[in-house]
Amino acid sequence: METLMGVTFRDFVLIAADMSNAHSVLLMKDDEDKLYRISSKLVMAVSGEAGDTTQFAEYIAKNVQLYKMRNGYELSPHATANFTRRNLADYLRSRSPYFVNMLLAGYDNETGPQLYFLDYLASLVKIPFAVHGYGGFFALTIMDRYHRPDMTVEEGYDLLKKCVREIQKRLVINQPNFKVQVVDKDGVRDLPPITAKALVLEEVK
Amino acid sequence: MARRYDTRTTIFSPEGRLYQVEYAMEAISHAGTCLGILANDGILLAAERRNTNKLLDEVFFSEKIYKLNDDMVCSVAGITSDANVLTNELRMIAQRYLLQYNESIPCEQLVSWLCDVKQAYTQYGGKRPFGVSILYMGWDKHYGYQLYQSDPSGNYGGWKATCIGNNSAAAVSSLKQEYKEGETTLAEAKSLAIKVLAKTLDMTKLTAEKVEMATLTRENNKTKIRILTAKEVEQLIADYEKKEAEAEASKKEKQKS
Repeated sequence: METLMGVTFRDFVLIAADMSNAHSVLLMKDDEDKLYRISSKLVMAVSGEAGDTTQFAEYIAKNVQLYKMRNGYELSPHATANFTRRNLADYLRSRSPYFVNMLLAGYDNETGPQLYFLDYLASLVKIPFAVHGYGGFFALTIMDRYHRPDMTVEEGYDLLKKCVREIQKRLVINQPNFKVQVVDKDGVRDLPPITAKALVLEEVK
Repeated sequence: MARRYDTRTTIFSPEGRLYQVEYAMEAISHAGTCLGILANDGILLAAERRNTNKLLDEVFFSEKIYKLNDDMVCSVAGITSDANVLTNELRMIAQRYLLQYNESIPCEQLVSWLCDVKQAYTQYGGKRPFGVSILYMGWDKHYGYQLYQSDPSGNYGGWKATCIGNNSAAAVSSLKQEYKEGETTLAEAKSLAIKVLAKTLDMTKLTAEKVEMATLTRENNKTKIRILTAKEVEQLIADYEKKEAEAEASKKEKQKS
């Protein structure tokens, strides 16, 4: 019922998450933040069981910060992704597994931008673009058709808009707003959220 | 008087000393010499081999140099059986990190974790400290080539060139004199290692079977660890002796004229 999207380009990554919080058939909230900052150049988008998401994301974030304090340098996105996977895999085989899906968008000073797809069964894949949730039915085809590694931030943002437009047009589930962030050599920045309202206004113009 | 305070590791003497730890350090100063030298394009460890009985079955090619993981090697001075326990622990620490992060452990972290173990044996009751000093050489993406040394007390430090074991103080002072900071190549480091070992070991002639040497370099973004063959060590020793002979000859020439 939730959608997470991530796309890598030559020197930045875009990551987006819908901002809806639904309980059963009720939409409780349309301004929820599902993007967690793990370190200076790493963002994690989390969906899944309510409560598990926050708990697990904060557990990982705090451990990555602890590592930084102990050692004086940060974990690389690669190491963080594997650390997250290992924890999720261990919990999966315990009496209290976490039901969470994640996208990790990071920038490594040596190897550049990267995106990791991690699902609740703890399978980790590094890919150029990825989507979690039903929105993937539409978003993935659009990304497959229009994604180019050499796109600018504006072009990448428009690509995400295209995906959101299609999700709002064809998906039965209501996801009015999407929070968007970009990760590059300078760190993590907010981009304006993609909202149904703004998209309608754009169409009128 | 001292006897009242040196029976247990965990008891301070009135002067604030831990005798068992000091005795452990003393044990090491009788052990075979090990030295490490950091160069711009790599790093090396060299060790004195003590057990050179010809009846000894050569099960191990190297006696005191151990590979810890893809990016680190260590060399030990002290009680060999204690060292085996510690190298096993080092390998476990490195593999645990690899399992958790899918990445080689950064050098200092490995040293630091092991030193926590060593320190514990100087504080918790009923145990004696490990009678082992260790030299570590390694590479990581944070600080490049690195050389570390650790003591039975759990102290450790990073070095450009250092030495542990028998007569190490003399070796360190001659390394201090001869080491050219920031302009040493691995080839120069090799001949320096032989030179210092030849001076430090109290024997008339250095032989290849008495020395083992390992190098660590980076090639095509991969760490390459090599233990030198007896032939290569022989060549290094021959080069050193030739140079010494030349130096001696020119000295005599000068005296004549």
